[in-house]
Amino acid sequence: MVKKVIYGNHAVSYGARDSRVEVIAAYPITPQTQVVELLSEFCASGELKAKFIKVESEHSAMAACVGASAAGARAFTATSSQGLALMHEMLHWASNARHPIVMANINRAMGPPWSIWTDQNDSIAQRDTGWLQFYCSTNQEVYDTTIQAFKICENDKVLLPGMLILDAFVLSHTSEVVDMPPQEEIDEFLPPYEAKYKLDLDDPRAFGGLMFPDWYYELKYKQHRSMEKALKIIEDVGREFGERFGRYYGLVEEYRIDDAEIVLVVSSTVAQTSKEAVDLLRKEGMRIGLVRIRTFRPFPKEKIRKIASKVDMMIVIDRNISFGSEGVFYTETKAALYNEKSRPPVYGVIIGLGGRDVRVEDIMNIAKKGKNNKLEINKINWWGVKL
Amino acid sequence: MKLTIPEEELMYEGTVDCQGCGAGLAMRYALKALGKRTFVVIPACCWSIIAGPFPYSSLQVPLYHTAFETAAVVSSGIKAALEIKGIDATVMAWAGDGGTFDIGIQSLSGAAERNEDIIYVCYDNEAYMNTGIQRSSATPYKAWTTTTPRKYPKARPKKNIDEIMVAHEIPYVATASVAYPEDFIRKLQKAKNIKGTKFIHVLAPCPTGWRSLPEHTIKLARLAVQTCIFPIYEVEDGKYKINIKPKNPKPVEEYLKLQGRFRHLTEEDIKEIQEATNRKWKKLLKKEEFF
Repeated sequence: MVKKVIYGNHAVSYGARDSRVEVIAAYPITPQTQVVELLSEFCASGELKAKFIKVESEHSAMAACVGASAAGARAFTATSSQGLALMHEMLHWASNARHPIVMANINRAMGPPWSIWTDQNDSIAQRDTGWLQFYCSTNQEVYDTTIQAFKICENDKVLLPGMLILDAFVLSHTSEVVDMPPQEEIDEFLPPYEAKYKLDLDDPRAFGGLMFPDWYYELKYKQHRSMEKALKIIEDVGREFGERFGRYYGLVEEYRIDDAEIVLVVSSTVAQTSKEAVDLLRKEGMRIGLVRIRTFRPFPKEKIRKIASKVDMMIVIDRNISFGSEGVFYTETKAALYNEKSRPPVYGVIIGLGGRDVRVEDIMNIAKKGKNNKLEINKINWWGVKL
Repeated sequence: MKLTIPEEELMYEGTVDCQGCGAGLAMRYALKALGKRTFVVIPACCWSIIAGPFPYSSLQVPLYHTAFETAAVVSSGIKAALEIKGIDATVMAWAGDGGTFDIGIQSLSGAAERNEDIIYVCYDNEAYMNTGIQRSSATPYKAWTTTTPRKYPKARPKKNIDEIMVAHEIPYVATASVAYPEDFIRKLQKAKNIKGTKFIHVLAPCPTGWRSLPEHTIKLARLAVQTCIFPIYEVEDGKYKINIKPKNPKPVEEYLKLQGRFRHLTEEDIKEIQEATNRKWKKLLKKEEFF
């Protein structure tokens, strides 16, 4: 077992190395560059036996991964923001073709104006491309999720691509201790990828040709069913990972919700800040907890319903905005609850777009405002916006 | 009788290409040349249709359909996977002129600069034929298409993709024609044994889009060479060799007059095209002489 103090970005690189990826194709973009720099070194030194295709764009990065995965290789890439947006067409391709590619996306605000700091609009905009999405909150989770993502995505019942997501700078360029298990133990957890369907000289078939309306619809149904099945696989894989390595993962992380009246619904590093706020508010006597949505696709509706049934109020804090609507985690949380017989009021708060700092006091004040019925229920609560 | 073209067929009969389709013929020859250990990557183009709808395939080799601009890079990804798995096979990207000259040129340039070990074949029918004859940057000067009406035919010459590829300093660039199958097959077989990026540009007449008779496909492909409109040459490690050198080039009019897409040309237009063709041919002869 090796413990290292590393950047979030390097946690991605180590995670990919220890997953023994076979083909990497990537294009540099701030704040992702460290991911591919370290992977280049791993490949150059022979520490990782992979082909690294240094492509001319992110669109090509994903296309190369698509080709590699189609031929049966474990494929990996990393990007951010504008790069992810450029990949958009091929994100659909990867999912529709059922290629279990894994990608790290460093959340970075979309331009213009240019920004290199974090918010979730880049990955949220890819919500409907058919990728699993995992929002990570610590460097350890980044490393662990990279490895788990391959096991989840390559599962026969899933066979979909997966994206692990981390905040620009707040996580990508922040050093934390990361515990990396011995390679042979990871190999046992994540054996080599044996593609069930691939381009094969001995069984030559055509992939992706024209399909008429008489069958296309059924493929979409199956793709969605695989997403639904992934809910259980994610939990199973998270549990197995925990049994082997002592760190358990699931669809959501619950924090001090047992007797909570108010529950914050959060994601990414805002969740870590919020835990601190919860602890301080608990000291002040507030019965508050939080649920961190780790898996955004597939969306953990049942988990949300179960938690909602026991609390008086939910406050969803979004670091993203669907223009003309509201925060996306807010919409999804409410949608999960709409047909429940009884449900708590759900408030929506937007915070920290373009990397604006989210401080412990911000979260505490949001919670206090909620408790005092000062948050608006049918409007977006824009936290800290200068009007 | 000694056959000059391999007998083995790796393309099924009964494909849905138009009558007289040069692209269908080109694929048939290409697979004969490359054999069974070939992976084919096809972006959006006529061949997305010719290859057959689900659950059919008109090819007897593995085939991956991909997005319009990604033939070269998906091929690179497949090749990388095969190399890491120790599988020795040829990967052939098979794209139309739109997917090569226009939307696919970025990923093609990227793959060529990295010298990916793939064969890239552009079957050139000189317009977006699959979507219904819209102009591409491979459409010749003054040609009619549905987006370059006769009143305003294409105002710019065909993009010289071959020289663009030569400028990448890849090991092999060649042009070919379905009217000269032995030459085309020889070039594919040569490409198969060269490591790095190989680019082969094959002129594939399109009766539907060229407004020509299906039975004129081979005649037109041959006339394109004999008029020097589409010279057949190869550039190996930067060294030029013109493979078919017409002793007395035919007037371009003979080629143009058989095609409805050039019906509106005036005598002056034809003269201009003749002069441009002569100029380009001379330039190529000089290149062969000097390089």
